[in-house]
Amino acid sequence: MTAIPVTATGPGAERLWRDALAAGSLTLPFCDDCGRAHFYPRVLCPHCGSRAISLRPASGRGTVYSTTVLRRRPQDGGNLNVALVDFAEGPRMMSRVDGIPAESVSIGMAVEAAIVIEDDAPVVVFKPVGGA
Amino acid sequence: MAGSRLRGSAAIVGAGQAGIGDATGRSAFDIVGDATHAALADCGLKLSDIDGVFSATMVNSMPAVNVVEYLGLRPRVTEGTNTGGSSFLAHMQWAALALDAGLCEVALITYGSNQKTGAGKFVSSSEVVPFEAPYKPRYAVTPYALAAARHMHEFGTTREQLAEVAVAARTWANLNPEAAAKGPLSAEDVLSARMVSDPLTLRDCCLVTDGAGAIIMTRADRAKDFPKKPVYLLGVAAENWHRWVSSMPDLTVSAASRSGPRAMEMAGVTHDDLDLVMLYDAFTITPIMFLEDLGFCPKGEGGRFVGDGKLRHGGGFPLNTNGGGLSCVHPGMYGLFLLIEAVRQLRGECGARQLPDPKLALCHGNGGHWSSQVTAILGLGETL
Repeated sequence: MTAIPVTATGPGAERLWRDALAAGSLTLPFCDDCGRAHFYPRVLCPHCGSRAISLRPASGRGTVYSTTVLRRRPQDGGNLNVALVDFAEGPRMMSRVDGIPAESVSIGMAVEAAIVIEDDAPVVVFKPVGGA
Repeated sequence: MAGSRLRGSAAIVGAGQAGIGDATGRSAFDIVGDATHAALADCGLKLSDIDGVFSATMVNSMPAVNVVEYLGLRPRVTEGTNTGGSSFLAHMQWAALALDAGLCEVALITYGSNQKTGAGKFVSSSEVVPFEAPYKPRYAVTPYALAAARHMHEFGTTREQLAEVAVAARTWANLNPEAAAKGPLSAEDVLSARMVSDPLTLRDCCLVTDGAGAIIMTRADRAKDFPKKPVYLLGVAAENWHRWVSSMPDLTVSAASRSGPRAMEMAGVTHDDLDLVMLYDAFTITPIMFLEDLGFCPKGEGGRFVGDGKLRHGGGFPLNTNGGGLSCVHPGMYGLFLLIEAVRQLRGECGARQLPDPKLALCHGNGGHWSSQVTAILGLGETL
């Protein structure tokens, strides 16, 4: 996949990002001027103000920056992990780590992104690197 | 010096509260009316004297406009900027500016919520957050739990140190007739309470109560004409770096690290000058981080700073002497109530919990998810 430019007219940054995700590609917005990535997607670079933004394929690699277990009753879905994950490219996103118990997710854990479908929409989640 | 034109230019001359804890049968605007009436009685002004109205709520799209209508006012200034629980500290800045410019003569800053008894459940914003909603965070606890977890990871802060903040708050609440939560509270009680969002238990979280507050501000040149000692606004500064926690640059550093130094510089005061510190305690982690960000201890030392019990009544570091959001009152947005406690302490109206002769107070409000940070320095006439 090549980079998708975020242009000054037509579909905006969030729409382009979601369309790419729906097509199976996790991307991150990069500034073609200052070179830095950001998240969530925007029509101008929050680091330098440039409008030269493009969505580039993300490595999917990340590290858990912080994590919590939202305690819920079993009838409400049971305990749920909520995590902040730092992409290798720099930006951070809220997500969760699947594949291990919510309480086993720890800060510093190496994780990799996966796209799952929830409520008919693609959602980015993470799994421990190498499975668990 | 930035903002120094406004240093001491305006003062709080009246303050009132109503429906603290439980306001069964009364609407949010009923208790706003009650609190406004109390604040006017406190300073001897009439309702019709108010010509500037400042308010914010989580449930109304135009809260200041609602207040104007309910109170039957026709103000020249209506200001409703909502930065969350810090709004009312920021409103003091705008009120001081409006008073100084002659846009109004008598400013009312008010807030009320009956979220405990009125709606039957916690009232929260219905705003959908596109890049957080899929992960079902529970607001407001999840963002603060994430920060607490990171603080523990980076600095070795312990759950026992977090619990100490709640225990200390209770020692003050037990001396406050208005406090909603009283009785013994031990660290073990906090640690063994139901876990809500790790590492925060129910007792690490603020109360859900009713309550309304109101303060009346005038220019300093007429503040001495009122019956109570004027409480001057010596410094105020607001900072805002993000809205949602996933965009917070560093979960262990808030924008209080800039608002605090700016407000203290404007006031011309140092930490040693302060007699009272009122910090927004939505969760036990918030005062710990604010003590660091505001410079009372080095970054990362907040847990150890509070861990020796100095925040308790008689412990030597008077913090949140009303019992705070943790044990006194937290009707959705708390910032106004910590200002009112500072006014009462500075005037010497606090009964069993009264500090000896306080002259200067630092008040700090937090809005959103560590998002909006507003610091204000209040002082008596001799600090001008």
